[in-house]
Amino acid sequence: MTGKQPYVGQALDSPHAFTLAPGPTKHTQYPYVTGTSVLGIKYKDGVLIAADTAGSYGSTVRYKSVERLKTCGKHCLIGASGEISDFQQILSYVDKLILNDYMWDDGNNLSPRDIHNYLTRIMYNKRNSFDPLWNTLVIGGVKNGEKYLGVVTMIGVHYEDNHVASGFGNHLARPIFRDEWHENMTLEEGIQLLEKALTVLFYRDRSAINKVQVANITAEGINISEPYALKTNWDYKAFKNPTAGAVGSW
Amino acid sequence: MSSIGTGYDLSVTTFSPDGRVFQIEYATKAIDNSGTVVGIKCKDGVVMGVEKLIASKMLLEGSNRRIHSVDRHAGMAIAGLAADGRQIVARARAEAANYLTFYGEQIPTEELCNRVAYYVHLCTLYWWLRPYGSAAILAGYDRDGPQLYMIEPSGVAYRYFGAAVGKGRQAAKTEIEKLKLDQMTCREGVIAVAKIIYSVHDEAKDKAFELEMSWICDESNREHQRVPADLLAEAKAIAKAAQEEDMDAD
Amino acid sequence: MEEFGCEWNDAPHSMGTTIMAVQYEGGVILGADSRTTTGAYVANRASDKITELTDNVYICRSGSAADSQIVSDYSRYFLNQHTIQLGRDATVKTAANIVRELSYGNKSFLECGLIVAGWDKYENGSVYSIPLGGTILRLPFSTGGSGSSYLYGFLDQAWKDGMNKEEAEALVVKAVSLAMARDGSSGGVVRTVIIDSSGVTRNFYPGDKLPLYYEEIPYRPTVEPMSA
Repeated sequence: MTGKQPYVGQALDSPHAFTLAPGPTKHTQYPYVTGTSVLGIKYKDGVLIAADTAGSYGSTVRYKSVERLKTCGKHCLIGASGEISDFQQILSYVDKLILNDYMWDDGNNLSPRDIHNYLTRIMYNKRNSFDPLWNTLVIGGVKNGEKYLGVVTMIGVHYEDNHVASGFGNHLARPIFRDEWHENMTLEEGIQLLEKALTVLFYRDRSAINKVQVANITAEGINISEPYALKTNWDYKAFKNPTAGAVGSW
Repeated sequence: MSSIGTGYDLSVTTFSPDGRVFQIEYATKAIDNSGTVVGIKCKDGVVMGVEKLIASKMLLEGSNRRIHSVDRHAGMAIAGLAADGRQIVARARAEAANYLTFYGEQIPTEELCNRVAYYVHLCTLYWWLRPYGSAAILAGYDRDGPQLYMIEPSGVAYRYFGAAVGKGRQAAKTEIEKLKLDQMTCREGVIAVAKIIYSVHDEAKDKAFELEMSWICDESNREHQRVPADLLAEAKAIAKAAQEEDMDAD
Repeated sequence: MEEFGCEWNDAPHSMGTTIMAVQYEGGVILGADSRTTTGAYVANRASDKITELTDNVYICRSGSAADSQIVSDYSRYFLNQHTIQLGRDATVKTAANIVRELSYGNKSFLECGLIVAGWDKYENGSVYSIPLGGTILRLPFSTGGSGSSYLYGFLDQAWKDGMNKEEAEALVVKAVSLAMARDGSSGGVVRTVIIDSSGVTRNFYPGDKLPLYYEEIPYRPTVEPMSA
């Protein structure tokens, strides 16, 4: 580009006086404090959603007790990966939605589908103003005997499925789900499947930690476990003695 | 009515020579003709009851509510013009929501009352507005405990142990004064309020009525809720029985 | 970008920092170093990075000095109004939420990490971390600034629940001085602010009275002339 670059505060009599610097307005450029994968599956009696409690700051695991699974209303739970401040903002929107619904006091409550749809609109609208909420959200719940599990991303893409995952989970957890998930899993089988996937994520996702929560959503209600640690395995023979039979530097 | 024909009662922006604003007094008249509304502060919360006069037998039970939630921790009972009351409630809800988003905490009941009173008062200051023809009894439960307020069309608001407005206010106040409010639980309060509403209702003169009741107390998890159906039914039965006893005594 | 460069606009900000706050049984302790830099030059060696928001809530500032000042100035303004309107002290939660609101709502313009801490009658001491993007997290203790990278390991090991005031302050001074010993952008003195039900106490630990760590040596007068 030839010619002179104008800048803010340049002298008023300049030919470039107070023209704006070129380029689009920038909003959220990148996330700061982030949560990693969220996993969700349907099972016999409802829906299970799991995530670890890490809040990463770049490659630093800065916070280790960030709750990324939050109930909203009577039948629904949201799990979030991505920017935590945006998730907190989303929660305030959802809380307001739920409160307004509560104040009608008409005996009706928003279903997980309603909330998913609402979040879909919020996310898509924000991305259209080039200021996306930097999250992938997993929405799960049970209402009127219907199990519901859906996802919405930072650009507004949304879908439902029997098993879902965000971020790294798409690559590491969903292949396991595709092999092992079935419609009539018991609660124990479901939790085992999630724990297996979370363990793989802990091994292979640098942002994942070994402190997780699993939420169980059934027609009876929502129960989010206290954070607990997964059992990990390091006693392969080749781990103890990696160069046996393959002498070298690796 | 000494004001009629003097010319000083048409505008809310004109004082009468003896320093009154008649429009406000007329607004108060609209309240005095309404069904009785009672609120009491018990040791663990607040109970509100409304004698909702039924204009027609064809009305659906439960319609035209006079008690509304303002937030999870606050509710309002309306005496006077129900439609005006809804406008006050809408403002109260907006104030509560706004406070929460800005300060990150639920609005203290006192602050909510102040803001609503300020708003109601505004309508007494401009010639193009008319004062609200309603009084609002406000019940809230915050970190400083349960509280009860009443906001009048003039914009004044006071905090009460027990408040009553509407047709039967005098009799109701006399009854409230007999209660030992500081020893009473809300569960007992519900029955006391039901009794008062039934006792001040003049079956011979007045229209049929529906008893509408809400509470906000430890038992309701410090949320403003309608009194549970079974407790309301019990309260009604006791109130009716007490009334019949009185009649037999007469 | 020849004649009218706008480098001044993109130039690196100042205040590489070590800040922290700790909650203890009766209140909170805030701590900070005192170095403010413009690039490599120490513009101020005795800055005060612990700023008053209200009588009972203080804030530790890191990142751009200008940004963190404007955020705390606005917060103080809103909190003053709020305190008058309510006729009582603002809660720490409310103070932190106002800071979050400003931090989150203007995230693309700001470059500051903040820690809000204070005392109120409902929660006693509480600490809120508000890092770059405007996330808000209540924590028992929190660190920030460039120096904090040197402290994670130490604090994960040294932190314990239920410390008393003396233990908590000792931990803060130790942690901040450790970071100052390794982080070139932190240095000078250690300042602490203690807030509890009885009010606010400020303490000052001058740079020559701080504990010495690995390969650091105390002051020693020159005993023998160079010529000898």
